[in-house]
Amino acid sequence: MTDVPAVQAAGLHKSFGKVHAVRGLDLTVQQGEVVAFLGPNGAGKTTAIDMILGLSTPDKGSVSVFGRTPRAAIARGQVAAVMQTGGLLRDISVRETVLLTAAMFDSSRPVDEVLTRAGILDIADRKVEKCSGGQQQRLRFAMALVSDPGLLILDEPTTGMDVAGRRDFWSAIRADASRGRTVIFATHYLEEADAYADRIVLVRQGAIVADGTAAQVKNLASGRTVRATLPPGGPGPVGRTASCRQGGVRRRPGHRSYR
Amino acid sequence: MTNTAAIQDRKPSAGGINSTFLRIEIKRMLRNRRTIIFTVLMPAIFFFIFGLSNKDQLLPNGHSYGQYILISLTVYAAMTAATGAGSQVAVERAQGWSRQLRLTPLLPGAYIAVKAAAALTLSLVAVVAQFIIGALAGVTMEPQIWLTAGLVAWLGSLVFAALGLFVGYLMPSQNVMQILGPALAILAMLGGLFMPIEIMGDTFGEIARFTPAYGIGQLARGPITGEFDAIWIVNVLVWLAIFVGGAAMAFRRDTKRV
Repeated sequence: MTDVPAVQAAGLHKSFGKVHAVRGLDLTVQQGEVVAFLGPNGAGKTTAIDMILGLSTPDKGSVSVFGRTPRAAIARGQVAAVMQTGGLLRDISVRETVLLTAAMFDSSRPVDEVLTRAGILDIADRKVEKCSGGQQQRLRFAMALVSDPGLLILDEPTTGMDVAGRRDFWSAIRADASRGRTVIFATHYLEEADAYADRIVLVRQGAIVADGTAAQVKNLASGRTVRATLPPGGPGPVGRTASCRQGGVRRRPGHRSYR
Repeated sequence: MTNTAAIQDRKPSAGGINSTFLRIEIKRMLRNRRTIIFTVLMPAIFFFIFGLSNKDQLLPNGHSYGQYILISLTVYAAMTAATGAGSQVAVERAQGWSRQLRLTPLLPGAYIAVKAAAALTLSLVAVVAQFIIGALAGVTMEPQIWLTAGLVAWLGSLVFAALGLFVGYLMPSQNVMQILGPALAILAMLGGLFMPIEIMGDTFGEIARFTPAYGIGQLARGPITGEFDAIWIVNVLVWLAIFVGGAAMAFRRDTKRV
């Protein structure tokens, strides 16, 4: 068994017209990690995820998934994603949706098994358009489980869900991740990142500004302003507040303050 | 369950056409009430309006006007069915389904092939339904005329499946058929499917010969008019090339943008 990283991205850049959405993003995710992409709307999280999934091509930089191109990883069912919205046909049932997804892969998990794991076996015959937002999100999760992927990527998966729905959804994800799947999820809720991730990657303005354990980054991000004065040209950040002195948080040069 | 060694050793899926995909596509199409209204009900109503009153009137060669109009409206039904089916890609793009499929091994060519196959299934339903309605209304023809005219109408609808895909990839609209419906009616009229080209006047008659429904209509009615002109086949092939080329171009533009 080789120890190839689940995701390796180096120097990713992506612009849309004048908007420089991702600017120099470097990220390595090891197999088995549960990583949160934490950042405000417009930080470039979705753009970065699209490049990892091969849905868009980076202007500069490279990305590999289990050592392969994203497209090759998808063809092998090694990576799957739960997108924020859309991606469902309204006029077919929950079961048909999963059946259809499974049919695209040469080998897949049994439909009832993934429906059970996503907690929607009881609504299997319901039309997708009759499902609530939370149920549709569980359906997207079920579709992502079909190929039994080594890497699962979730882009703001609980947007628009109520508190109970959010909690249920995350317990399903968490139960799944405990079986060894690598999970990357984007969120702008600190609580979600804190509760469900082993590692938090703080994204701002298209680059990673902090990267560490939940406790470390939580202190940085919990509402107080942390200033770090960076010596020009040198990589070593100088911290001033208690949270910085706890150490272990990797800072990226070029960003002066975190909120 | 997932283990990393197994994940790295996996073989890529072929991503080709699969029967489950085809079956669900066809099922979706047939349970769409709107499609059935456009492809079965409307042409049937047209037949009762335009064809029934003078169906026993005879053409100079001894065939009835009822046969003429039935075959014409069958071509219309088949082309509407195929265009409607092809244009569903617009809905699937709007719902993000096309994007979702890009997260599976499915090859773009296989997706298009399944769409074309589903379009042909729906246009076959349209042809058969129209013929049954015509036969029940008392139109009689020799078996080989039913067969030839039906085959031309059915296979000719591939041109319009390509048109549907072309427009479906070009327009973001969920209601693409609301634009295509009237457009198809105009094309059908210009192509001589609602009334014989001979009574359209010189200018329109001349324009008609260059429109996409003309060649298929003429070929399908060939068995009863007793005429044949190679230019009709040229008409069909040129429009097929234009619509397939347009669809390929629009498809490439669509997948690049995301």
